[in-house]
Amino acid sequence: MEVIVLLKQVPSTESFVGISENGLSVKTDDVKWVINPYDEFAVEEALRVKEAHGGSGSVTILSVGTEKAVEAIRTALAMGADKGILISDSAAYNCDGLQTAKILAAAIKSLPFDLIIAGQRAVDGDNYMVGSAVAELLKIPAITMVMKESIADRKITCSRTVEGGMVVIEAPLPALITTQRGLNEPRYASLPGIMKAKKKPLEIKSLKDIGLDSAGTGAPKTKIISLKYPPERKGGRMITGETAADKARALVKALHEEAKIV
Amino acid sequence: MSCGVLAIAEQVNGVFRKVTYEALSEGRVIADGLGCSLSVAVLGSGIKNNSESLGKYGAERILVADDAALEEYMTDTYTNVIAGIVTREKPCVIILGASSRGRDLAARLSARLDAPLAMDCVAVRLDAGNVVVTRPMYGGKILAEIMLEGEPRIIAIRPNSMKIAESQKTGVVEIIVVDKGSTDLKFIEKKLDTGKVELTEADVVVSGGRGMGGPDYSAIEKLAGIFGGAVGASRSAVDEGWRPHSDQVGQTGKVVSPNLYIACGISGAIQHLAGMSSSKVIVAINKDPEAPIFAKADYGIVGDLFEIAPLITEEIKKVKGL
Repeated sequence: MEVIVLLKQVPSTESFVGISENGLSVKTDDVKWVINPYDEFAVEEALRVKEAHGGSGSVTILSVGTEKAVEAIRTALAMGADKGILISDSAAYNCDGLQTAKILAAAIKSLPFDLIIAGQRAVDGDNYMVGSAVAELLKIPAITMVMKESIADRKITCSRTVEGGMVVIEAPLPALITTQRGLNEPRYASLPGIMKAKKKPLEIKSLKDIGLDSAGTGAPKTKIISLKYPPERKGGRMITGETAADKARALVKALHEEAKIV
Repeated sequence: MSCGVLAIAEQVNGVFRKVTYEALSEGRVIADGLGCSLSVAVLGSGIKNNSESLGKYGAERILVADDAALEEYMTDTYTNVIAGIVTREKPCVIILGASSRGRDLAARLSARLDAPLAMDCVAVRLDAGNVVVTRPMYGGKILAEIMLEGEPRIIAIRPNSMKIAESQKTGVVEIIVVDKGSTDLKFIEKKLDTGKVELTEADVVVSGGRGMGGPDYSAIEKLAGIFGGAVGASRSAVDEGWRPHSDQVGQTGKVVSPNLYIACGISGAIQHLAGMSSSKVIVAINKDPEAPIFAKADYGIVGDLFEIAPLITEEIKKVKGL
């Protein structure tokens, strides 16, 4: 089973994300960089798929990013993935979701695969887009927000989360799935894993290397024109009272008379 | 410039999702701003009769694709049908709800049509004929204004973010024949709890965190129930296995913006705050007077949630005359 994982390096969710002076990008100097949490599920699931199929085939990590993203790929290799490919090109640093999908799809065209696993979204841009767009560009089926999957007879059966429950869908391989929290519990990289990862193949490629020029990715169709912080919530007031019942009464009175939502 | 706004309705068993009305109402505002018409595409099986009601929200034309093969949402058939409608209607804007289905469809459609997409929009404005949307990034820690370039511009709106407005217009239903194309996906089954209020669409959300101390959420379920609201959970409560993953509110769970958010026993980690700080009114109940959640809450109560939540439920019953 040949599995490709689409992986992005993102600021950790504990990070405070500041806006740059120009108001168009975020400050990344003090940010702790990690594998996008949804992509961690993807790495774990890829390893499980490979293991479930007798360990044959390989798990390839594919990422688009700056050279710093090598760290995230090494972490995935330390978890057990076999090889990594980073598309790093200054022409690709500020691309939008659709451009990223075009780059990934172009890189995948020269790779063998049965299954592609991606995070449902990256927790920086929150676009929920790249996985589905890559599948469309490769003309393969995609099942998004997957909580559970099983593969048999060249078909993948997935439980996909929807509002209020679950839908079970089957797709022929090759296919792409995106992960939902709950799919698995990602393993930690072991010390021997970290040592081994240093020797695993990791290629850094330019857009030209994957046969793309700027015409291939097109111009960005979404442009950030401003970034701002959400309105600061002013700390409100503490509801006090002698007893719990007093507090409950005072709160409901405030919700009713001041906030007018009860 | 071609013109026309196309909304995409979302229905489950013939019932339209609330975000469909929000998308239509916002679509109407955009269409008026651009001086063009609003149509809505309704896909499903046996949905002809229900579709007429969408005219009330401003759609002049209600394009109904009624086909047994469209009974269940399947990414490929739905994308094929919508792409066919787009080729024929040439809308300049497509608007739909950023539900799990809407996001799936919007992303695939964007790649199919090579069209700009903005996901989870919370506001839309027109600027000299350009469409500018506001959307959260970094789990709501930052709001970005995005200009969409190229057509059709696909706008997926976050549930509970746009106002529903009824219109004087009446819509005309047109039954359309569409090419469903081939399908790779096969529907096996669905397991839906239709009685459950969807977190992202609820007007009131009551969430429990580590302070719940275990899987017994009955105290906050009753409180949510009195509002017809939904129950949420913090990541630590989900990690403990007390609540399902689908209940998680926060940067790596769901982002909610109800009218009222009541946080019970939740300290207020930055990831949780990102997921709920766009709520209109926030109430926090926590034993720890130093809990960071109090700095974001409109109203805070220091105390034992198991004692206070039921008392609040009783007080609300009195106010509501129940």
